[in-house]
Formats: sequence, C-alpha cells, structure tokens
Amino acid sequence: MKFVACVKLTPDTEQLADVRPEDVGSGDLGVTMVLNPWDEFAVEEVLQLQDRFGGEGAVVTVGGAEAVEALRRAVAMGIEEALLLSDPLFEGSDAWGVARILAQAIKRMDEVTLVLTGRQSVDGNSGLVGPGLAASLGVPFVSQVAKVLEVTEGSATVLRALDEGVQTVRVKTPAVLAVSKEINEPRYPNFMGIRKASRMQIPALKAAQLPGLDPKQVGEGAALIRWTNLRKPPARVGKCEFIQGATVAETASILADRLIAEKVI
Amino acid sequence: MSVLVYIAQNQGQAKPVSWEIMGKARALADRLHVPLIGLVIGHGVGEVAAEAIAYGADRVLVADGPAFAAFRAYAYADALKAAIAAAQPTIILAPASAGARDAAALAACQLGIGLAAECQDLDLDADGNLVAERPIFSGNILTTVTFKAKPQMATVRSRSFPLPTKAMGRSGEIAALAVNLSELAEQEEVLGFEAAEAGEVGVENASIIVSGGRGVKGPEGFAPLRELARVLGAAVGASRAAVDAGWIPYPHQVGQTGKTVRPDLYIACGISGAIQHLAGMSNARVIVAINKDRDAPIFGVARYGVVGDLFEVVPALTEAFKAKLGRQ
Repeated sequence: MKFVACVKLTPDTEQLADVRPEDVGSGDLGVTMVLNPWDEFAVEEVLQLQDRFGGEGAVVTVGGAEAVEALRRAVAMGIEEALLLSDPLFEGSDAWGVARILAQAIKRMDEVTLVLTGRQSVDGNSGLVGPGLAASLGVPFVSQVAKVLEVTEGSATVLRALDEGVQTVRVKTPAVLAVSKEINEPRYPNFMGIRKASRMQIPALKAAQLPGLDPKQVGEGAALIRWTNLRKPPARVGKCEFIQGATVAETASILADRLIAEKVI
Repeated sequence: MSVLVYIAQNQGQAKPVSWEIMGKARALADRLHVPLIGLVIGHGVGEVAAEAIAYGADRVLVADGPAFAAFRAYAYADALKAAIAAAQPTIILAPASAGARDAAALAACQLGIGLAAECQDLDLDADGNLVAERPIFSGNILTTVTFKAKPQMATVRSRSFPLPTKAMGRSGEIAALAVNLSELAEQEEVLGFEAAEAGEVGVENASIIVSGGRGVKGPEGFAPLRELARVLGAAVGASRAAVDAGWIPYPHQVGQTGKTVRPDLYIACGISGAIQHLAGMSNARVIVAINKDRDAPIFGVARYGVVGDLFEVVPALTEAFKAKLGRQ
C-alpha cells in the first residue's frame, strides 16, 4: 500500500494581497512561498493513513527548483519519500497539463492505493488538478472528503460533504481523493523533522524520465485556457461609518434604518 | 451549436445557482443566435426539467434513473458527456457547487475541453468567444479567462447573476438522454447519506449572512446571532477561529479555508478580520462590523461599524428589526 500527497508551493496567505498582477506567471512573486495550506491536510492524512493501515507515504509536486520547499515541509511533517517534477517544458501548463505530469509520475510508483490532494490552491483557486489527475489516471475521484472510514484490499470508504448532507462513498482503489479541511488537523513539524527535511536530497525528474508523457500535452502550448487582463479588484469605496447612539438601542435603531435604506434587508 | 447548462438539483429541487446561470446563458445564446439547452441529472427530476423551460431553456435533456439517484462523480460526468455529444455546444456552463463542479471537471478533462473554474462573470468578445471573469489569489487578483478552442466550459459561483424571472407559459422540448455508464462510474458506490440540518440556510446561497468569530466566546454565544439570522431570513456564518474552537460546524466557515460568499449584507460579529477571513467575504455588497476593538481590521472593509459588545448590540439589532419590519 502507498499513499501519495500531491502538493503545490503557494504564497503565504498573509502576503497574497501583496502579489502584483504583473508578476503572476513570472516565476517570482516577490512574497514568501509556503506549502499550500489546503495541501497540509492531504499531507497530514497520508501520515494518518500510514498509521492506521501501514504502507508507505510519498509527496509529489510540479514546479521550478524552488518548489522543493513545499516538499521539504511535507518531509518535515513526516513523509518519507519526496519527488520534484521539474522541466522547462512544464512551464505554463494549465490544470490538465499539471494533472498529466503528476499522473505519469504516480504511474511509475508501485502499489499506490490513494492519491490525496487539497481542495484547491490558494493562488489558482480552481481545484481542477485533483479531478484532472483522476481522469488522467482513469481512476475514481471523490472530493470534499471529510473522513476516510476504511481502506481495504481494493477499495476505500470515505465521507463526502455535499451542500445538502454527507454521503458515505465506497470507491475502487487506486483512487484520487481531494480532502476537506474537516478531515484532520495538520501537525507542526518538530525539530528532528525539520533537520531531516533540510538535509534530504530530493530527487527531481524531467519530462524525458516520464516515458508515458507526451510533451505536446503539457506546457503553455497545450494549455486550453489563458489568464488575461490580470488586475487588482476595484477597491472598496468609502470609509466605515461608525454608528454611535446615546444607548445601545438607539445605535441598533440607527443601524437598522441605514440597512433598510441600503435595500439589503 | 448551442449553449448547454448543467442544472444542479437535490431531491428534485433545483439549486438556485442553476437558474442564475440559466438567466445569463439565455442572454449569451440570444447573442450567438443558438438554442439554449439544459441538462438535468437525477432520479424523478421531471419537474426540474419543466422549470428549466420556464427559466429560459429551449430544450432540456434529462438523464433520469436510479443510477443517478445519488450524486456519483463519474456517473454524472458520463451524463454530461452524453449531453455534450447530443447538444454540440460551443459553451458549457455548470454551477461551481459541490458535486456539479466535480462532474464538470472530470468530463472536461476526459474530453480535452478547457475549463475556467469558479467564475463570477461571463461575456462574449467581439468574435463571439466566451470570456470568463474569475478571482484568483484568493480574491486578491481578477483575471479574464480566454479559451484556445471550442467548446468552452466554465463553472460559476452562486450569486454571480440575478435570478431570472420564471415565465410559466414558455414552451420548449423535454427529451430523455440515454447515458452509457462507464466502468469508472461503476467503481463508485454511495452506501449512505446523512442530510444536513433542516431549516438552515446555506451560506453560499444566502443574501444575508450573520457571522460570528472569536468574540462570540463559545457555542452558546452563537444563540443571539441565530436569532438575528432567523428574523432576517439569513444564514449563520463563522470565522475559522470559531470553527476550529468547535463552536460551530465547518460548513458555516467563511474564508480562505472555508466558503467564499457574496451576500448583499454580511454582518460580522466579534470577527477581527484576519486577511484569510476577508478573502472569503470582502465581495459582500454591504458589510457591517460589530466589534469591541475599534482598531480591528474588519472595520477597514466595513461600510457600517459599531464599536461595542456584540452580546448587547446583536440582541438590540434583532429587536430593532422586529419593530421596523413587523416581524416576530
């Protein structure tokens, strides 16, 4: 059995507002980059699945040399095996391209039972790599996974959170699961983990080392969508009007009047 | 040539976002002079199909059967693929809601269709190509997504477009859609379902949200917020701090690692306004902040602020609305 987390290096959420539209896609956003917060849940779940069911754990990312920092964080948390997929040919891939690259790397691994991803990245926000990966591998896909109930030979049973309630879903393995925040509480790496991660030699594979990968199916040339006209959203106009009546009841009354006048009630 | 809309439903009830998209799709189809085709997937969903005609569809394809009684990712994706084959659309639109978004993504990837996810506006360029506006970097940057090939697919967030008016007299065609389920569809089985708490308004579809943070101090601290929400017909939201503390379940969470919402009115009670929370709600039309700390960042995005104790202000606000709106 093997559990694999797919992760991404993304801006620190405290600094997302500092990213300049003109720097997107340049390879240097000028902000601190960390393991995508949603992916921490996937990494943590790999560790917990290993504790519960045995087997191996691995973490994979696609990106430039700097993306290794996302892998180091996962290793510091306790993942044993890390793999960077890096090639100039991969640059400019859309979600389907990234999914195809990850799929080929996962196909090289033995006895993969579950592949876990976060719900989405905090930069691209599309949540498409998980389903794209499942479609590329030709395996089941469950999103919004709130709990892994059971993993047996050949199947996994999980809880899927929908808007209207929670389904218990059994899928054939291998399968791809996009996990929800509810699934666990990611651990903080300890000192030993951080030291191990900082010293680890992390292997990197290029396109040529993924024999099943058609180079024409990845990179900017294969991307089916393009981000154009990147811009800052319009700033909120006007300052906050502080409401202060003589009593709390009067304050509430003034506020209620304002909101009724705004036609939002 | 057509515009195809995936209509998300639950237990024979269409999700409002489906009709919001239908309204916009009607305008796009008219500009392109092509028919608007709806797709309904489920079991016993005939009424939803009839409603789709009233909301603007010219034709509705219905994949109805026990195989579609519960949402299954590939089964629903197979139905969408069958509809794409039948409708030959240039534009395919689906809600970005849970379930629909998975089926759309699986079908798009399998068919090699470009997909713009989580869009908040749609338009056509001078040549009739779809352009889709969406937030990226957690709402800190906007982009206009363009497509290199057709068909062009987009998933659309709730409350991106107004609900169109329903024209009961409209006529259209309803046709059964035959779907050959793939082997992958058979590899997913739904063993059980536990419905969410009845009577609660979901934050993603709410026009008003009353939201609580660390300042509510505990699970019982949400009681006055729920009372205000009840009087306003609002949903109850929460910050990550309140959810992580276990005071309210995760489906209520708004922000970076919760839901992104766009209500007309967002009343933030005891929420300081961490940047991760603002990412999920700063697109609300009007924001009200109630907080003890005048320097809390939430006041930076709020139109109206009250510096005070939420346990005094919120009940007073509830009473004020009861009196002014004549509600109980």
